[in-house]
Amino acid sequence: MRPFRYERAADAAGAVELAAAPEAMFLGGGTNLVDLMRLGVERPALLVDVTKLDDGRIDETPDGGLRIGAGVRNSDLAGDTRVRERYPVLSAAVLHGASGQLRNVATTGGNLLQRTRCAYFQDVTKPCNKRDPGSGCPAREGEHHNLAIIGWSDACVATHPSDMAVALAALDASVETSTRSLPLLDLHRLPGEEPERDTVLDHGELIRAVHLPPLPVARRSRYVKVRERASFSFAVVSVAAALHVEDGTVADIRLALGGVAHKPWRAERAEEALRGAAASAESFARAADAELAQARPLRENAYKVPVARNLIIRTLSELA
Amino acid sequence: MSVASRSIGAALDRIEGREKVSGEALYAYEHVREGAAYATPVQSTVAKGRIGSVDASAALAVPGVLAVLSCENTPPLEARDEELALFQSDRVSYRGQIVAAVVAETYELARYAERLVRIAYDEEPHDVELLADHPRLYKPEQVNPSYETDTEQGDPDAALADAHVTVDATYETPSFHNNPMEPHASTAVWDGDGGLTIYDSTQGSAPARGTIARVLGVDAERVRVVAPHVGGGFGSKGDVRPQAILAAMAAQVVRRPVKCAVTRQQMFDVTGYRTPTIQRLRLGADRDGALTAIVHDVVEQTSRLEEFAEQTAVVTRMMYAAPNRRTTHRLVALDVPTPSWMRAPGECPGMYALESALDELAVELELDPIELRVRNEPDVDPESGHAFSSRNLVACLREGAERFGWKGRNSAPGARRDGPWLGGTGVAASTYPARMRPSEALARREPDGRFVVRIAAADIGTGARTVLTQIAADALDVEPARVRVEIGDSAFGQAPVAGGSAGTASWGTAVHLACRRLVESGGHEARVDSESAVEEREPYSRHAFGAQFVEVRVNAETGEIRVPRALGVFAAGTIVNAKTARSQLIGGMTMGLGMALLEEGILDPRFGDVVNHDLAQYHVPVYADVEEIDAVCIDEDDPHLNPLGAKGIGEIGIVGTAAAVANAVYDATGIRFRRLPLRLDRVAQALA
Repeated sequence: MRPFRYERAADAAGAVELAAAPEAMFLGGGTNLVDLMRLGVERPALLVDVTKLDDGRIDETPDGGLRIGAGVRNSDLAGDTRVRERYPVLSAAVLHGASGQLRNVATTGGNLLQRTRCAYFQDVTKPCNKRDPGSGCPAREGEHHNLAIIGWSDACVATHPSDMAVALAALDASVETSTRSLPLLDLHRLPGEEPERDTVLDHGELIRAVHLPPLPVARRSRYVKVRERASFSFAVVSVAAALHVEDGTVADIRLALGGVAHKPWRAERAEEALRGAAASAESFARAADAELAQARPLRENAYKVPVARNLIIRTLSELA
Repeated sequence: MSVASRSIGAALDRIEGREKVSGEALYAYEHVREGAAYATPVQSTVAKGRIGSVDASAALAVPGVLAVLSCENTPPLEARDEELALFQSDRVSYRGQIVAAVVAETYELARYAERLVRIAYDEEPHDVELLADHPRLYKPEQVNPSYETDTEQGDPDAALADAHVTVDATYETPSFHNNPMEPHASTAVWDGDGGLTIYDSTQGSAPARGTIARVLGVDAERVRVVAPHVGGGFGSKGDVRPQAILAAMAAQVVRRPVKCAVTRQQMFDVTGYRTPTIQRLRLGADRDGALTAIVHDVVEQTSRLEEFAEQTAVVTRMMYAAPNRRTTHRLVALDVPTPSWMRAPGECPGMYALESALDELAVELELDPIELRVRNEPDVDPESGHAFSSRNLVACLREGAERFGWKGRNSAPGARRDGPWLGGTGVAASTYPARMRPSEALARREPDGRFVVRIAAADIGTGARTVLTQIAADALDVEPARVRVEIGDSAFGQAPVAGGSAGTASWGTAVHLACRRLVESGGHEARVDSESAVEEREPYSRHAFGAQFVEVRVNAETGEIRVPRALGVFAAGTIVNAKTARSQLIGGMTMGLGMALLEEGILDPRFGDVVNHDLAQYHVPVYADVEEIDAVCIDEDDPHLNPLGAKGIGEIGIVGTAAAVANAVYDATGIRFRRLPLRLDRVAQALA
């Protein structure tokens, strides 16, 4: 690990000021960042600890939504009764991630900024465009059985690892930073030619909170995750879905996929296909096919397409 | 010589349990609190070639860095055990090989400076892929530890040609990697007179002493290896690993105690692994299911440095009766790390293939797989002709069938469905040799009426210390609380490694004999060497047996496999401690579930190493993967083993589990997966 300086910020303004320094990074729960520092993947010169900021609360917003402070621990988010009642998909998604110990430490802001678990990204002795731009992507022709099927580029086939972010993608969440507010769907990027940039955040820009709008459809929502073992592993494919059916017709729907792309994937084509359609297995299958038509599986991850299709159909059928 | 069995058989709590959970138990890296320096390895980033130059200047410029060791500056070692001959050559034999090391004031500094060491390589093309038809396959002179490479009885080819039913199937297993919770670690301390003490994470302090002394060129009398607590090993700590040699070399160079522990990632490179295998099984049977031919051909790998020939097909030589039999082993030496010991080497991968093929034969014959095995039960060891000291495979199968509810099993694949979940059940046999090795032990009467037993045994989490206490207590005819068993120190004499499921039989016999001699002599101290007790054993075929039953649920839509029930029934002679034995057995079965469903070293042939080298990517089962699991031991009284009548239980739990799972998945889906693990992507692809 490269030697680094450590500063504990007292407030957000101070954190932003400290983090303006080159090679500075914010430290939340550290559950991913510290691992990556040990591996030599992240090499900050300065860590700005933001865990003492006064942002560990979940508050009601005037419009009837919730503001989740960036410092809210994953366990507290998952256990919040308002979240559980109004956005069960979010609580479930958080509980499907990591382990109890990690969730007790990991923060909302940090969860959004997790890096990919691609094997090559995490090994500094091998090329990786995300870690070392221009060095190449060994995953493209190498070990990629759990990497992207949608939206990847020749430069990078990584997936975003967060479960929580998939639920937030479905819930029309927005992100409040030290300088702006932006839709969560705009936070994460597709890799394109710059896979080293996971998000659109500028250097030193601090996530302050996540906003959930009032969303009646979310009361009937769920998160279903397929993974290689029963617990404590990243999604092969996950589905965050909220569905409201009236008179056998889809009145409202939110659908997002995890484990398939460089960002949490909002299934807009599937939603479009379903709005106003019959809430039937046939419609759900058509919608899944509409979404997955854009999938371009790699040599060893074509299985994700039928798994995603089946999971969408089953999840929506159970919600209908 | 028999004594009242009061402690043996009891479910005694682990004696050092409180010490361990409270953090008081010291492991290898935790000895020597002050004054130690820290060594970390620098690993090769090419799979084959020569080291052109080592530029240590940037690393040495870091304040607190004490030394950089490499082939350019390190004094010669005495012995040429290739995996341990650190820095003795400029040749690189695999990616991840230790080619240099940094010694520093702190671990963190050493890790930092390790990345500053610049090594230039003259890289050469490498060859790391095991192929069934690899042009460099060869026949080793023997397979581990000293079995014949090939065997043949009768005319298997003719028997296969004449058989009523045949199975011809090839099974593949990937590399499997031991990941004990405690990393391989050593703390080395030289005294002023050239004496060396190594606190080592080892499965055998006495054999480790011999190896370390030989490699370093030091008189064995001057070396002491101490290992009171070891956090798991599974075979990977059965041999001395490079961190022990590195710690000793570095301590010599910097003239201070030095600690060295490998990282989790390094465990995939420098501490051994189970070779991948490609196994072709051919079975011939008559219409009643009596086997007429068994052929088991194995292809596996070793390194360019050392030969390690896993005895994969050896188990097939004694398992079932068949007049015509052949087993073969072929190796190819690749530019990879040397394979090594992993729980039930040989039996574990071999029985996966054999017990899968038996299941395929049962399907062909439309015969219950338990009945098929019963019909092929041999009267004597088919290979040696010796009588079995005891063989209760059939009893285990019957008892397991009863407990598991096997009767009335619907054998039509895909017949049980609950939503997307397909249900199935499977069975496989288990076996493992009942070995015994010579050991020294000492028993002493203390002035206060208590007793001390000393033996260079190792407790790698198995419960050995507790079991030996029970054995000593019964031999002394006292309560276990009055006996203190001291282990894990080469100063206690010769004793075998914790390996081959032979610990209880080997150390236990020596402890029993020492305690009995103490009682019978009436003296204050008694020493024994059990060599004659081992040599005088009659020529029986000695093996433990078992049967494993597994229920699976396979999600037809996602490829997920769950194991709601696993039951093992074992016949392993006397069970000395019911509690630690059960833990050992279900631990082995759980490891077997990992082998069946999750574990796989994923090789990237372009780079030459295992890319998924951490526990977030190399999956082992977590609690949620293990639902209902149980292990039961049937009563077995075997008078031909040792004074305890114990067979050993450390490894049999993993033998057969993977076959039982794969057989259950076939039962659920009608699809025969012949490559481990039955990973979700492969299952999903096959079901799509």
